[in-house]
Amino acid sequence: MMGIFRRGVLPVLIAAFALPALAQERSITVASTTSTEQSGLFGHILPIFTREAGIAVRVVALGTGQALDVGRRGDADVVFVHDRAAEERFVTEGFGGPRRHVMFNDFVITGPAADPARIAGLGDTAEALRRIAATRAPFISRGDRSGTHAAELRLWQLAGIDPGSGRGQWYREVGQGMGPALNTAAAQGAYILADRATWLSFRNRQDQRILIGGDTRLFNQYGVMLVNAQRHPHVKAADGQRFIDWLLSPAGQAAIASYRINGEQLFFPNADKPEPVS
Amino acid sequence: MGDLASAFRTALGLILSLDPAVLAIVTLSLRVSLSALVLAALIGLPMGALLAVARFPGRGSVITLINALMGLPPVVAGLLIYLLLSRSGPLGSFGLLFTPSAMIIAQAVLITPILAALTRQVLEGMWEEYAEQLRSFGAGPWRAVPTLLWDGRFMLLTVLLAGFGRAAAEVGAVMVVGGNIEGFTRVMTTAIALETSKGDLPLALALGVVLMAIVLGVNALAQGVRGIAARWAG
Repeated sequence: MMGIFRRGVLPVLIAAFALPALAQERSITVASTTSTEQSGLFGHILPIFTREAGIAVRVVALGTGQALDVGRRGDADVVFVHDRAAEERFVTEGFGGPRRHVMFNDFVITGPAADPARIAGLGDTAEALRRIAATRAPFISRGDRSGTHAAELRLWQLAGIDPGSGRGQWYREVGQGMGPALNTAAAQGAYILADRATWLSFRNRQDQRILIGGDTRLFNQYGVMLVNAQRHPHVKAADGQRFIDWLLSPAGQAAIASYRINGEQLFFPNADKPEPVS
Repeated sequence: MGDLASAFRTALGLILSLDPAVLAIVTLSLRVSLSALVLAALIGLPMGALLAVARFPGRGSVITLINALMGLPPVVAGLLIYLLLSRSGPLGSFGLLFTPSAMIIAQAVLITPILAALTRQVLEGMWEEYAEQLRSFGAGPWRAVPTLLWDGRFMLLTVLLAGFGRAAAEVGAVMVVGGNIEGFTRVMTTAIALETSKGDLPLALALGVVLMAIVLGVNALAQGVRGIAARWAG
């Protein structure tokens, strides 16, 4: 029995545990959002950075709230998310920073082609939400403390409506990422607030289409922060800062601008401009 | 129907083309789940055998507990390991979170109770037949453990395959502790979850077909080895 163990099992064990050590490379961990990862942006820009700097970037894609939590616990070196209020809280609490803005895109409201609440083409997002609430047309909310969820709640507030009153009926919180929420909206013929990048790369649209877009209140700013190395000494501050500097540099900004799906640009770099007030 | 057909076509294409990205994900899946299986077997098999032969106060409660742990939700196991391995957790200094090692640990935690509970079940029956004979040689319960494990090896193979199946199929734990990092901690199940959330349902299903093909292959291999070994021993 021991012979079998020595000849068969032990080498497998050693190989299995030794491999990660062999694959040890210079790398940083970035906690980011599903929109940046699933839209394919990282797949486009990270190889360019890695080629230049020799640093591999490992992206853990979560909702903004969760990504900030990962940063708070010290489990990432850099946080790259899109909820300005939550990011500023993260910085003032001393978990990282300073916060730098990197790029923006926008949110859209998509819904079924039949458009039961008649919102298509409205220029005013608040009015659209009021109509959805008034007709009690199904609306899917992320409900997961993500940047998109925070933006959605701000828009409801702007519309003067408490969607919580329709909870469990027309207002449905799925507590999941953008993709699963879009899958649900498509299946239920519901309205939903989505970031344009995820929408553009989303495949299972069925009869969902963009009904509201282009309103300045649908602006979606992304920010980046280094996790505080004084609080978490193992944070790879130098390599993390190098990544942030590259994102903000002309080379990084050009890489972001060059990412397109079907000829459509997904993210608009704005590191060199004062951040617009949303 | 069109989606299903295209999923199987895509799956076949993925297998035949030996796409390097898919190959890397498959390799990592096998590495993580087989390592977890070995780790869990080293703990679970002796534990199960001991429970089969030893009689001690509280044995019934231990068996009930282990049986209950077979139903441990993967996400809960994942969260537990996450909090332990997080930089802010008790084992944070090892820096294991978001690495394949963390995934191996999580899957091992998940399947150790399965291996222990099923091993006890299998060996308890054997022990009832053997007890008299082994005792007559003056072997106590402790000495009986290796003998039982060896004699029950063919039956235990099925136990190991059950553990492997659970490890390879779960997504909740490895998603939480591995982070689904492309090229580093992305395995079959987390890749399937990712493609599902991107709305690429045919590709997700195709990856599922590939996963099933691998699990089928591992099972066939194990059964083949068992057949040859049994004939040899026969």
